[in-house]
Amino acid sequence: MAILEIKGLRKNFGGVRAIDDLDIAVKEGEIVSVIGPNGAGKTSFFNMITGMIRPDEGQVLLEVGDGADRGQIDIVGLTPSDVLRYGIARTFQNVRLFQQMTIRENVMVARHARTSSGILSAILRTRMFRREEEETRTRAEEALAFFGSRLIGYRLDQLAISLSYANRRRLEMARAMASDPKVLLLDEPTAGMNPRETAELTELIGKMRSERGLTVVLIEHDMKVVKGVSDRVIVLDYGRKIAEGSYEDVATNPHVIEAYLGTKATA
Amino acid sequence: MAAKVKAVAAKGGLQFPLVDGFLWFVRIGLLIAIAWGAFFSLTSGRLSGQAWRNLIVFGIAQGAVYALVALGYTMVYGVLRFINFAHGEVFMSGAVIGFFVTDALSETALWENAQILGLLLALLVCMVVSMSIAVLLERIAYRPLRNSPRLIPLITSIGASFFLQYTFRGLFGADTKVYPSTSSLNGRVEFLGFQILNRQLLVIVAASVIMISLYLFVEKTKQGKAIRAVAEDQEIARLMGINVDRTISMVFALGGAMAGAAGLLYGLVFGSVNFFSGFLPGIKAFTSAVLGGIGNIAGAMLGGLTLGTVESLGPSLVLAGLNIPSANQLKDMIAFVALVLVLIFRPTGILGERLTEERT
Amino acid sequence: MALAETSVQRARDVDLSRAPRIGAVFGIAVIFISAIGMVGTFATRSMIGSAFSLSRVLLALLAFTAGYVATQPPPQLEGYRVAEPSPRLVGVGSIAGAIAGAMLGLFAILVDSISIRDIFVEFTPELVGILTFEQGTGLGFLLLLLLGSALGAAGGAVRLMSARIRRALFAAIGWTLGLALLQILFTQIFNSLQLDFLTRLLYRGASGGLSVTSAPAVAVALFLIAYAGQGRVKKAVTGFRGLQGEAQRKATVAGMAVLLIILGALPHVLGNFLSSAMDIAGTFLLMALGLNIVIGFAGLLDLGYVAFFAVGAYTTSVLTSTSGPAFSPELTFWTALPFVMMAAALAGLLVGTPVLRMRGDYLAIVTLGFGEIARLITLSDWQASTLGGAQGIANVPPIPVGPWNLVEAQEFFYIIFGFVLLFAYITYALQASRMGRAWNAMREDQAVAEAMGVNIVAAKLWAFVLGAIMASLGGAMFAHRVGTVFPHSFNIIVSITVVVIVIVGGMGSVPGVIVGALVLVGLPELLREFEEFRFLLYGVVLIFMMLKRPEGFIPSRRRQREIHEDEVAQDAWLRAETERQREEEAAGSTGPERT
Repeated sequence: MAILEIKGLRKNFGGVRAIDDLDIAVKEGEIVSVIGPNGAGKTSFFNMITGMIRPDEGQVLLEVGDGADRGQIDIVGLTPSDVLRYGIARTFQNVRLFQQMTIRENVMVARHARTSSGILSAILRTRMFRREEEETRTRAEEALAFFGSRLIGYRLDQLAISLSYANRRRLEMARAMASDPKVLLLDEPTAGMNPRETAELTELIGKMRSERGLTVVLIEHDMKVVKGVSDRVIVLDYGRKIAEGSYEDVATNPHVIEAYLGTKATA
Repeated sequence: MAAKVKAVAAKGGLQFPLVDGFLWFVRIGLLIAIAWGAFFSLTSGRLSGQAWRNLIVFGIAQGAVYALVALGYTMVYGVLRFINFAHGEVFMSGAVIGFFVTDALSETALWENAQILGLLLALLVCMVVSMSIAVLLERIAYRPLRNSPRLIPLITSIGASFFLQYTFRGLFGADTKVYPSTSSLNGRVEFLGFQILNRQLLVIVAASVIMISLYLFVEKTKQGKAIRAVAEDQEIARLMGINVDRTISMVFALGGAMAGAAGLLYGLVFGSVNFFSGFLPGIKAFTSAVLGGIGNIAGAMLGGLTLGTVESLGPSLVLAGLNIPSANQLKDMIAFVALVLVLIFRPTGILGERLTEERT
Repeated sequence: MALAETSVQRARDVDLSRAPRIGAVFGIAVIFISAIGMVGTFATRSMIGSAFSLSRVLLALLAFTAGYVATQPPPQLEGYRVAEPSPRLVGVGSIAGAIAGAMLGLFAILVDSISIRDIFVEFTPELVGILTFEQGTGLGFLLLLLLGSALGAAGGAVRLMSARIRRALFAAIGWTLGLALLQILFTQIFNSLQLDFLTRLLYRGASGGLSVTSAPAVAVALFLIAYAGQGRVKKAVTGFRGLQGEAQRKATVAGMAVLLIILGALPHVLGNFLSSAMDIAGTFLLMALGLNIVIGFAGLLDLGYVAFFAVGAYTTSVLTSTSGPAFSPELTFWTALPFVMMAAALAGLLVGTPVLRMRGDYLAIVTLGFGEIARLITLSDWQASTLGGAQGIANVPPIPVGPWNLVEAQEFFYIIFGFVLLFAYITYALQASRMGRAWNAMREDQAVAEAMGVNIVAAKLWAFVLGAIMASLGGAMFAHRVGTVFPHSFNIIVSITVVVIVIVGGMGSVPGVIVGALVLVGLPELLREFEEFRFLLYGVVLIFMMLKRPEGFIPSRRRQREIHEDEVAQDAWLRAETERQREEEAAGSTGPERT
């Protein structure tokens, strides 16, 4: 059974068809890249999976439970916070951090759905509250440590707004990872990074699967990354899936080339 | 299996149906209450047919005033996306200045011989003064905040509202100003079985003329097109060569002029004003703007008329029927309840909002 | 060839074109405060001796400020030589001041010649007299021109001083004027501390302000103190902030102990009248701390907050009053308290639920609507059988604490400020908690917060409920202090005052809100002559703050961290580097540089 299955997804914005009859299945532990020219509907696709936009038609089936209880639920219609609770976390194309919060606090927010102490326990500083706070801090630091020493130590108490661009992207990823997701959606994770940073991140995405057991779906424009990290590549154009397969298959697919470069003008 | 897992729903998920259910309950309850009250009021025969018709006419006249002021709110919201709290005070300035002008004129020969001309002169003066106040307000308090988060100009406008109120109080005193008697406005006309006081007729006619002029201006002229462009997208409008600053000033000027006119008309119908007269009409006008669809000029006019009549008929029609004592006391509450209900249940208003809202 | 002359432009020490503009602006300001009646009202309040009334001081300050602002150095540009302030500044300042003075003089002439008193109520012969020093308009104009010029020159001259002297001078002037203005406060404090001689030394009579001899003496003394003490305060504060862990904890505890001692002694020092003023400020402070959570933490602009205050006041009145209209269970404050809190929570849910999905400005207006609806219902005949209508509910008993009944203002002080401490604690506790983080995230970016797992519905409703409970407790105490509840105590002005306190004081910050309440509510209670201009000043302060400093007077530590972030970051980096080097020396190797 696929851990994430999209069936017949459709969405119109006004007169524009953003997503058109999309069927995608992602297996557990896979790293899938979604590529396509600008405006192909990739970010809308992520928005619909996570519940930030509601599709007109279709299902998004997520695998939940384990062992004998394993089953699928349709997460269309759930709020984004519920989607996160069920195990899908994401990053954003234009990095959306909580600028006025510290690095540690940014990541701690993602633990909100995994903890439950409320206002009363906060005021009374109960044992459960203190335990959960400690746990939240630890898990946050663990998630940040995945990216090496650059986001930990003295950096933890600095405001997110003070970070360099690459570090901001890393922080966003750490934040998503801290929520203990099953599936991680990365929206253009290497955009704006230099080649060295990109290479490092490519390796880290692999580690997300090997060390943390995450299933990763990423939107990417950098073909080196796509080639280096993907088990499978899916190509979208005008909201439709036009190709699917390994990187080599897709790179030589004439439809894909046409989508990116257009057809040759006839002489 | 899938159903079972979904049933173990998130606490948050469970809460949303509760919230929506509560709101549906309120909707239905309200409709029942209104229908019930109306039924009992009409069948009780407490008010004669003529009395009802008088209430309607009064409501239309009142609504015309609200509509004039609502246009200012709606246009400013259209271009700058914030609620200009101080607009009610611009209305008040028209009302107070209107008092001084008519009071001064009432000593002159013009008043005795060509009162209507005098009133027109007063109208002109009020519109000019209010227009100036509105434009100054924009220049000093709002323009520097063009790029701030939208709550900051709202708070500034609250400050400006206080400032204007108490400046007028300081300058002109806290006492109530009683408009001079306007003999030309006494008397009434008959129209289709409705009895319309001349006073009310003046308000309705003047307001209609002004509003139609505005509508034509915004729809047909080049500057009007500029206003519509800036309301749609400021950046693109600027790139198209439109002077955004000047256009926005014009919007404030137009809104201010109309509010000033409304102030004078208000004074003529209700007879007295003071420095605090802007608060309630201001809120009611804003309600009208939202009721009709904020950002929508025709909507502001429709909303004003609707609210005016609802407010006029409401106590006698609905509240009395529900056996609520001293229903007229709660006249103002109708406006507030209408405001709250519109914003909760149909924030886009009757004619729908011309602005898109971002969710993600 | 004169190529060598195209060197770096000499930087200017002042922008000359500013002077007439600034002068005109301040001219309008002085005319304005005369036209709306401030000058007339304040002329009877002496500040220093019999010659310097409050209005004279105000006008003088404006002229001085005109000169000071006009001589503001233009922004320093990189690569340009820094200009030294030259004596020219005195001239420039005097021009600005002269223009302001001249405009005022012309205004006086205008008021004298044309009789428009029917329209502008303040354009009286008395006003002319005040403005022209009773010397007639001709001589008066000249005097105003000269005085304006002199004061403006002084404003410019101040720029020539070193920053340290200038700051000390401003502090001295400010505190001296403060001593004069708040005579009631200081007299009371001195007298109750057995320092009556100070009162007699400084002041002329009960309300005559400082004497001509004491004022300069005080000013000089304050100047010396300010000059010597400069930097010490800032050093102490930075030192406190720099303390780590155990040391900071000890310092905080010590500070809290001092604070509690002061609060404990305060009602006795302040006496009855001032304690009453503090009670009023304290009540507003309770509301502000509650609204601080709604606006400052959760980011929901509630303009109808007084409704919750009313819920608390009316619930406790209905339950405890001996003459309640409908039924009189005659509970005590404490037994009624759970019901008050429940009613408040319900109210919070009623208000919060419909506005969950609204955007900021609509939410503000809807809450405003709710506030007014609440007031109109309490006022109506419709609900008069329970709520008393326009007559309200009377005979609300005092609060029993052990064997005592709290009746006096001083007694109420303790319970009010006891709750203030409780609310402050709650605020701090929530700031560093799961919900606090959720609120911060929601306020910054609601969509992303939700995508990161924050339950937006719960967060918003909790904010409303908590805010409602806190306001209701304030309302309940208000009802018991005053003994009666009338509907017109619960109007929109109260809502907006609390909003102003939170926003101007500093959203999300407890010290900011405390200062805000003391300044915006406490001060007007002390300075009764400002009463009719109170809301005008609120309006001006709001506009000014939004234009210049939207984060408030004392922003929350979060925002403060942003301002000082460079220093904090540098210190932290230095510490980390030193640690690392020490470790590497111990290990005997140097690892690769890590970005």
